[in-house]
Amino acid sequence: MSEHVLEARDLARFYETSSGAFAKPATVRALDGASFDLEAGRTLAIVGESGCGKSTLARVLTMIEPPSRGELTIDGRTVSGKADPKLRQAIQIVFQNPFGSLNPRQKIGAILEEPLKLNTDVKARERKRRGLAMLERVGLRAEHYERYPHMFSGGQRQRIAIARALMLQPRVLVLDEPVSALDVSIQAQVLNILNDLQEEFGLAYVFISHDLSVVRHIADEILIMYLGRVVEHGSAKEVFAHPTHPYTAALLSATPVADPTREKNRIPLTGELPSPLDPPPGCPFNPRCWKAQADCTRAFPPDTGEAGHFAACYHPLAENETTA
Amino acid sequence: MALLEIENLSVSFQTSGGMFRAVHDISLTCDQGEILSIVGESGSGKSVAMLALMGLLPWTASVEAKRLAFQGNDLRAMGPRARRKVIGREMAMIFQEPMSSLNPCFTVGFQLGESLRKHLGLGRKERREKAIELLKQVGIPAPEKRLNVFPHQLSGGMSQRVMIAMALACDPKLLIADEPTTALDVTIQAQILELLVDLQKKKDMALILITHDMGVVAETAERVQVQYAGEKVEEQHVKDLFADPHHPYTAALLAALPERATDKRLPAIPGVVPGQYDRPEGCLFSPRCRYADDLCRRSVKRQGPEFGGALCNYPLVNGRPTGKEEANAMDDVTS
Repeated sequence: MSEHVLEARDLARFYETSSGAFAKPATVRALDGASFDLEAGRTLAIVGESGCGKSTLARVLTMIEPPSRGELTIDGRTVSGKADPKLRQAIQIVFQNPFGSLNPRQKIGAILEEPLKLNTDVKARERKRRGLAMLERVGLRAEHYERYPHMFSGGQRQRIAIARALMLQPRVLVLDEPVSALDVSIQAQVLNILNDLQEEFGLAYVFISHDLSVVRHIADEILIMYLGRVVEHGSAKEVFAHPTHPYTAALLSATPVADPTREKNRIPLTGELPSPLDPPPGCPFNPRCWKAQADCTRAFPPDTGEAGHFAACYHPLAENETTA
Repeated sequence: MALLEIENLSVSFQTSGGMFRAVHDISLTCDQGEILSIVGESGSGKSVAMLALMGLLPWTASVEAKRLAFQGNDLRAMGPRARRKVIGREMAMIFQEPMSSLNPCFTVGFQLGESLRKHLGLGRKERREKAIELLKQVGIPAPEKRLNVFPHQLSGGMSQRVMIAMALACDPKLLIADEPTTALDVTIQAQILELLVDLQKKKDMALILITHDMGVVAETAERVQVQYAGEKVEEQHVKDLFADPHHPYTAALLAALPERATDKRLPAIPGVVPGQYDRPEGCLFSPRCRYADDLCRRSVKRQGPEFGGALCNYPLVNGRPTGKEEANAMDDVTS
């Protein structure tokens, strides 16, 4: 068994919002208690709809924001308030929109070299050599080094963003919806590159996505989130084959499958995601859940299930039960 | 007679680099009570073709067509006033971004009432009643209260429901939905698609669903038209399309879907969609096609209905190109 490169214990992030000059400030619990371990060379997918806290988790993991509660260990080092350049190098992030994440006034070369400039004392010549090598590694050519981001298509830009994230040779790469802005044919190219890079460098991926068909393809482990809470956690195979939390089952059934002959067996979910400012009491999913009973509104349910596959639910689905 | 007939529609844009042809010779027909889906990646001209039909393109666009008829009347022969009577009333459109399609300065009730007043000439009280009924139809809870709400107070799913209610206000015969669920979450997407199909059945409308999502196509459409770089590459019934795609692009696109992959490596399509300056001669897909040969780089021919009208010299049957051996044999004889 290999070591854990990323350990998260009960991570949480709250935001204070003011809702008017005289109103009491309210607290948004954007992320409320996420725990997981990640080994080198493996992919953890974080799945959920908008507002479920998956991007907040990405920001906490990459130390863009400090957690309000909980403990984070990256590559054996515990994250504290103090700046630690080694920690910064161990974890890097790729954002969703490659049109917004690259500085339009910098050449590709400068973009790639910047992480080295800021975090290491590598000499200019060596920086350029590494930049060119990385550019080639993601399937772009050396002549692209002197070009500006606007000269590239979306898929190429996302490759540049990936190359930039890898310049510091991180152990963990956080990918925040890396392919959702791309077309299917380009998405496949980027997913293949990610797959190759993982094998080559033994990277651990935290893959944030709302697209379950992509997740099914790439993930080893899955964390399903709803309204800031982790509702199900397990190996990808297990979660897809036997979802135990009703929300997971509903999410799986709502995902369109590219097979017109498949029988539709949709679990209809009524209503929408509640406001994180005013979450329902108990299990956050209870107002939309068809299995909800009185005890669901009392307190957040404890994890149930056997080792390696947990669901936070009082009434988890049985093995063969998928619909109401 | 089909409800909507489009023959050889081309749309070009005046750009600083010369004319750019976004849509090239697209033909389609749509019957009453039918769901037609137009699939393609970005830049395939699927939205532009429909915007041209609705007359919503800016003045830089030049629209040419052999025929552009709705209910047998040619839209190009109509004056702007007559055309205005059809658009928004007989055919309506909903757009991708529900949040930005609604006017942030006016209440939902006012915006719903606008088309009711313009097209149907309803009075204030009737408008209110009809608006409540419409909101109820699209499944918005407490519609009386929602009338006085501004768009920013609604979620994405709710905004899209309001957009659908607006499009349905005058009982259109044709509804064009341009990526109606792309900006929405999966569970909300399922709700909206169900609503659209439900309403289409109930009102016996024709529905044109523009999307890039093969999953959405598979679950909702009846007939599918695939577009690539502004050209229609094939058209088939949805089941046949997924079982036996005739154009290599469709086949490659389906194979590139992660859910259809059998291997950890996805069969990606190399290269990118050609842009304004790198349009190849002959078949537009030839630089990315694994079956392309010299003939494809010179010219391409439209196949008959037995191959789904595929725009390909060697249409695929069961994943194998046809007619290639014969063409090669001919080449050998002549050379």
